[in-house]
Amino acid sequence: MSAAVLQAVPGTGIDVSGLNVWFDDHQVLHGVSFSVPEGGALGLVGESGSGKSTVLRALCGLVDQWSGALRIDGADLGKTRSRGFYRVVQMVFQDPFASLHPRHTIDRTLSEPAQVHGLDRVEDRVVTALEQVGLDRSFRFRFPHQLSGGQRQRVAIARALMLEPRVLLLDEPTSALDVSIQAEVLNLLKGLQRDLGLTTLMVSHDLAVVSHMCDAVAIMNRGRILETIAAEDLAAGRVDHPYSQQLLRASSGFDRAVIDSFVDWE
Amino acid sequence: MADLKSAAPLLEVEDLRVHFHTPRGEVEAVRGLSFTLGRERLGIVGESGSGKSQTGRAILGLTAGNGRITAKTLRFQGQDLLSLSPKQWRAVRGARMSMIMQDPKYSLNPVMTVGDQIVEAYRQHHRVSAAEARQRALAMLARVKIRDPERVFATYPHEVSGGMGQRIMIAMMLIPEPDLIIADEPTSALDVTVRLQVLAILDDLVRERGMALIFISHDLPLVSSFCDRILVMYKGRVVEDLKASDLQSARHPYTQGLLGCLPRLDHRQETLPVLRRDPRWEHGTLEEVMR
Repeated sequence: MSAAVLQAVPGTGIDVSGLNVWFDDHQVLHGVSFSVPEGGALGLVGESGSGKSTVLRALCGLVDQWSGALRIDGADLGKTRSRGFYRVVQMVFQDPFASLHPRHTIDRTLSEPAQVHGLDRVEDRVVTALEQVGLDRSFRFRFPHQLSGGQRQRVAIARALMLEPRVLLLDEPTSALDVSIQAEVLNLLKGLQRDLGLTTLMVSHDLAVVSHMCDAVAIMNRGRILETIAAEDLAAGRVDHPYSQQLLRASSGFDRAVIDSFVDWE
Repeated sequence: MADLKSAAPLLEVEDLRVHFHTPRGEVEAVRGLSFTLGRERLGIVGESGSGKSQTGRAILGLTAGNGRITAKTLRFQGQDLLSLSPKQWRAVRGARMSMIMQDPKYSLNPVMTVGDQIVEAYRQHHRVSAAEARQRALAMLARVKIRDPERVFATYPHEVSGGMGQRIMIAMMLIPEPDLIIADEPTSALDVTVRLQVLAILDDLVRERGMALIFISHDLPLVSSFCDRILVMYKGRVVEDLKASDLQSARHPYTQGLLGCLPRLDHRQETLPVLRRDPRWEHGTLEEVMR
């Protein structure tokens, strides 16, 4: 219940404070603040338009107009991101059908970040990254269209791991996958999180997925964080804000009484 | 007449098969599907590639050009659908059975106002004046809980939200008053609260008009909370047919596996169980698989 569920050790992990973002004249984030300690996992939950993905985009330097403080490992992020930033922070996107180059082999897709950053032993790194995501070497010289959705998402995760980042940003990483494949990818991500000690920020609309993956959950609505709670509290239904309560009730299936009680939060 | 209608099943499907001719050879997307449908809400559940959407399309005669449908029986309100000419099928489709697709962004005409599209759907099957069709369309928009029907009538699809777009789709599909609605993932593109509100509207209309509904979805828990009966499909076959309320006591390992691999709020676990696919699921009956 307390905002202190995740107390960042100063100088490590992700620290966002008072983040405002504008798209032209329209303000889409209003004073968003949270922190994720090193090795911790925070989930951002909300419906479309709540601004959850914009938070990730702001961290990656993909929005132009913003104010507030963004810190990774204690270092302030400015208007642009250095090459070194991407050694520390990597992102996995929602749709593995859109995020992989259709005419590049898996080998080329995975090698590229290492080459851009001038790393040595590129081939070893590719094989290691594939192993980490549970794909054997035979996948190296295939193209994305020869892979299933789950295998493509594994490749996207392998690409994020190529630079041995310490922070992983996940934007709905399993919402385009079948539930049986989702379980495999979530298990993989959780294992990597644990084994590599990755600091994770995950965006999702699915409360169950987020509470499975994260230590704490921030519930967003209309560009604001309404509350940040421990995953156990979310699981036990201990949420304060009426919007969070509604979201929680909506996640339990079709129930006329519940639906008739919905309030419009627009 | 009315008695006769309620006694005979609305839709009879026996040994439905859908084949596709592809460069890599013949693919059988639906392999011998049988069920009968009364005035009820039937859920068809399965993962991608299970043949659930192709089943819906085959019933509507919307199978793609390289596909071929065969069936021992495919009868709707006593009429053999397979013997219909494309023109006759078109008269059935829309008027007596209709389909709600997944994403309003792709299934509404982007260069036509919402109102004109609904009017067109109505006048396709009813010979009425433009003014009367307009009144009907406005009333239908109000029925799907759109607050300002006059304003929405004049908008283009890109000006409305996803939830609103899906209500417009429902209005368009229901205005000819069909007896059977096939909804293919009608709410998967929507946020949870909007999803439930749209389903509630669909639920009201289906109940009030006594329509039958085939609800195609990958979301097993949602379907079980919304439908009366569920068919679980795996690789083109129905592997289990059960009452929605009995989902928790499903017997087929595939159904159990699908339920098991979902992360759950009320039951946290470190590692999610993964589905171990058994080759027997492809051909075996429930009894053979259980053995």
